[in-house]
Amino acid sequence: MKHSIAEANLNINQKVNISGEPVLVLRDVHKSFGAQHVLDGINLTVVHGETLAVLGRSGSGKSVLLKLIIALENVDSGSICIHGQEITGLQLDDMNRLRSKMGFLFQHAALYDSLTVEQNVAFPLVRHTKMSKSERDDRVHELLSSVGMEHDLKKMPSNISGGMQKRVGLARALALQPEILLLDEPTAGLDPITSGEIDDLVLKLQKQHNLTSIVVTHDLQSARTIANRLALLNVGKVAIEGSFEELAESDDDFVWEFFKRDS
Amino acid sequence: MIYRSLEWFGDLGTFSWKVIRATVTKPFELGEIIRQFDETGSKSLPLVALAGAAVGTVLALESRSSLEHFGAKSMLPAAILYSIIHEMGPVVTGLVVSGRVGAGIGAELGSMKVTEQIDAIEASAVNPYKLLVVTRILACIVVLPLLTLVADFCGVLAGWLAETLANPISLYHFLDKGLTGVHFSDFLAPTFRTSVFGLIIGLVSSFQGMRTTGGTEGVGYSATSSVVLSSLFVILADVILVKLILIFFP
Repeated sequence: MKHSIAEANLNINQKVNISGEPVLVLRDVHKSFGAQHVLDGINLTVVHGETLAVLGRSGSGKSVLLKLIIALENVDSGSICIHGQEITGLQLDDMNRLRSKMGFLFQHAALYDSLTVEQNVAFPLVRHTKMSKSERDDRVHELLSSVGMEHDLKKMPSNISGGMQKRVGLARALALQPEILLLDEPTAGLDPITSGEIDDLVLKLQKQHNLTSIVVTHDLQSARTIANRLALLNVGKVAIEGSFEELAESDDDFVWEFFKRDS
Repeated sequence: MIYRSLEWFGDLGTFSWKVIRATVTKPFELGEIIRQFDETGSKSLPLVALAGAAVGTVLALESRSSLEHFGAKSMLPAAILYSIIHEMGPVVTGLVVSGRVGAGIGAELGSMKVTEQIDAIEASAVNPYKLLVVTRILACIVVLPLLTLVADFCGVLAGWLAETLANPISLYHFLDKGLTGVHFSDFLAPTFRTSVFGLIIGLVSSFQGMRTTGGTEGVGYSATSSVVLSSLFVILADVILVKLILIFFP
């Protein structure tokens, strides 16, 4: 944990190679479920190599935001552009081409419970590459080694802990060497030590692969560790965005309440 | 109630359209289809065989006294064969499979839905309709007629055994008497109408599974409703198909 905090205190631009090229642009995004307006005009831009942490209260639409970006949900109105391509109304094949450039870590890992750890990580490779079995096995081993799970290849997801499931989920999300990584509550439900390990792992992988990431989290410490920039959602809008220090110094009541509660 | 029923049929229509689109586009998921043949076919085989045998036995025992009463005891083999091949075999197979396979599909897909595994498949740029739904429906369509043949065979064999215990008769004579006047079309149409049962079971159960909400309670509801709805539609389809068969194969 000390290592993570020290890492977070480095100049954020030393962590990864951030360029000014926008990778992901959300403009006036609205999403409702029945009468409930979850997102009410979200505007966000994420540039290449940047990690944006999206914070907010439970039910503020953070996870919905990620699902809109990968088109698991459709926007009611507004625009989402990935690498300059508008994704709203995109045909399934075109969307799948974009999805194969994105990795998604689900809140509860969402591992396929009928497949082993090894088969879970191999799943995207089987579907989207023409690798031979030995090449695929090597790649799976490499991915699982990078998340410290190389000794659990044959285990079923139900036989490993929540933290280990998150690691495997992360390995699966990185299988196709994505350019964009979406992480939904990577440290939720984990003890502080495992959370710190996951944060360190995410930081290491971001550096290795120079990923552009969006991390949805409740965990301010985790957000401080792995993100270059934070955006705080409140009543369906971005209440404030900036560095951890900028948010911590804000005199906005909601932001102050959010940070005070955590401290 | 009416509004919810109409909404259900509307959603089923949208779901069916997605399934049709997924069916006719590449890749064709042959490996998963073969795995589903095993799940749907091989693993249903013992239950279907047992159900067919039970029906054959009961038919022999029940029909014997009735036919004796009317002095038509010699018609017993024909009555057993005709009943099993035309109606009992296909319907019993349809209902047994809708119970075993329908519940399995509803629960499996429902469980995958509530644990976000289906979202994970979609996020991996794989069409879940193609991988999970089309494969199960195709397996049901192909496997149902084959299972019906098994049910028919076991039913006829058990019917002969039950008859021969009371009134010894060789299997050859039993079949010879039973198949007199029976044409190939008498056998073909009833057997292949179970493909429609397979379509119904696969489609309705997958639909119920894919729209699951609400955790374990929702999974339980999906499993139960898959069985109830697919059994209901199998029975309704049977009535319609019997009428159509009588029109086209008089």
